Amino acid sequence: MRKFKEKLSGRVFFALAFSSISALALITVFILIKGLPIIGKIGLSEFFGMTWAPVSQNKFGIFPMIVGTVSVTLGAALIGVPIGICCSIFLAEYAPAAVRNIFRPAIQLLAGIPSVVYGFWGLIFIVPLIREYLGGPGLSILAGAIILAIMILPTVISISEVSLLSLPRQYKEGALALGMTHWQTIKSVLLPSAKSGIVAAVILGIGRAVGETMAVILVLGNAPALPASLKDSVRTLTTNIGIEMGYASGDHQEALFATGIVLFIIIMILNSTAQYVTRKKH
Amino acid sequence: MVLVAIIVYILIKVLPEIGWTFLSQSPSDMGRGGGILPTIVGTLLVTLLAVVIATPFGIGTAFYLAEYTRGGILTRIIRFSADSLAAIPSIVYGLFGFIFFVTQLGLGLSILSGGLTLAFMILPTLIRTAEEAILTVPQSYREVSFSLGATKWQTIIKVVFPSAMRGIVNGLILSVGRCIAETAAVVLTAGSALHMPKSVFSSVRTMAVHFYTLASEGISMPKAYGTAALLIILIFLINVVTNILVNRMAAKGR
Repeated sequence: MRKFKEKLSGRVFFALAFSSISALALITVFILIKGLPIIGKIGLSEFFGMTWAPVSQNKFGIFPMIVGTVSVTLGAALIGVPIGICCSIFLAEYAPAAVRNIFRPAIQLLAGIPSVVYGFWGLIFIVPLIREYLGGPGLSILAGAIILAIMILPTVISISEVSLLSLPRQYKEGALALGMTHWQTIKSVLLPSAKSGIVAAVILGIGRAVGETMAVILVLGNAPALPASLKDSVRTLTTNIGIEMGYASGDHQEALFATGIVLFIIIMILNSTAQYVTRKKH
Repeated sequence: MVLVAIIVYILIKVLPEIGWTFLSQSPSDMGRGGGILPTIVGTLLVTLLAVVIATPFGIGTAFYLAEYTRGGILTRIIRFSADSLAAIPSIVYGLFGFIFFVTQLGLGLSILSGGLTLAFMILPTLIRTAEEAILTVPQSYREVSFSLGATKWQTIIKVVFPSAMRGIVNGLILSVGRCIAETAAVVLTAGSALHMPKSVFSSVRTMAVHFYTLASEGISMPKAYGTAALLIILIFLINVVTNILVNRMAAKGR
């Protein structure tokens, strides 16, 4: 009886673990089944073409959306990453315990706030600011980049802080003993040693920005056309799905799944890179 | 600072709006009047369903990873899958839920579809947090238990599981927070019907979706602010509870 129970429990745990990983396979398979036929039907060159006019012309070119995703994400990274890394250095090296104890839960809370609330805040606060001071409609790449920069902060801060804190004490003590100032120690010893963790933090932050839907849907304006400046409206891969999935059918719906495939591939590449970078360290 | 700005801005706009009627009445006129009770109920049901479905799988996988494997190729595959699942954007979960649960299995836009989709989405969080909690249980606990003649199963159930309990609960609470906050995946699978659900096959609108609809279609700004504030308050409470648990765990653990 006891042996049987033992064996059974092992099997049950394995079965549970196996079903969990099957989830990934299931998701991949279903998105592919639904999205690939349309790519085959219209051909890669049209799928990555310039015109997205699903209803009027039956054209499913997602190039403008790729440009949209890349531009907004890049903007978010340019704004968010330096701030995030500085915050993590501050928290790991300079902040007194009391400040840290306020900052950490605050960052946690920031990570928990629904993304649609960020988007709303951008819509009523950042978009009017841009409209007033920079002109244009306000719904723009810039607005999206600012909102996403705020949203990726928790990811960047917490992961880089952990990698800074997990460095052996001796690194810092050795550097200080050699007469380096605190800042020199951070710049030439701690940051280079924590590099892989910080790079992983940045990549995961970028992954979050690429995958975000509801925060940007409200502030980007969502025009499926190539932008000419930062003040122009764009549509990202995610918002393309979010906006049109509600009423799409037939080829149009499949084209949205195909958009999902592209998104999926981008995320997988980013995620594998992050995992590769972290594993190299160990 | 940014955080404070966001929260204060929304809370100030809002306080007059939230009252008993707001919480206890059904919306009227597309959400312009009345309260948001059905969306609160919808949020709770979808979240509850997701957590109930995902918990056994998440905890089981974590135990398998932490107690039964010794870093072989299989563990690597499981861990890679869990990490990848965590990185998939919620809208892709929404697409999957739409094609699999809503269409393929014929569940329609419903609480059931939404809950199942969210269960997939929170699975990686559950696995990760539970595994970490299990790994922090000192090895000596297990050794003592084995030396007393307990089997592996008995050790897991009577020794490891209780010790890792708080960490596991912590992960559960985090997942609840993610479910409440999710919009993109839910709108594609649970729909946006604005009435009280009758069964698990009814379509519901969660608070986050309701907020998005009110805000993006400009239906009613005061009601949108109210819903947003309620969401933030909920998330805040969840964070406070989690922090208390973590602190207590830290105090007890050492």
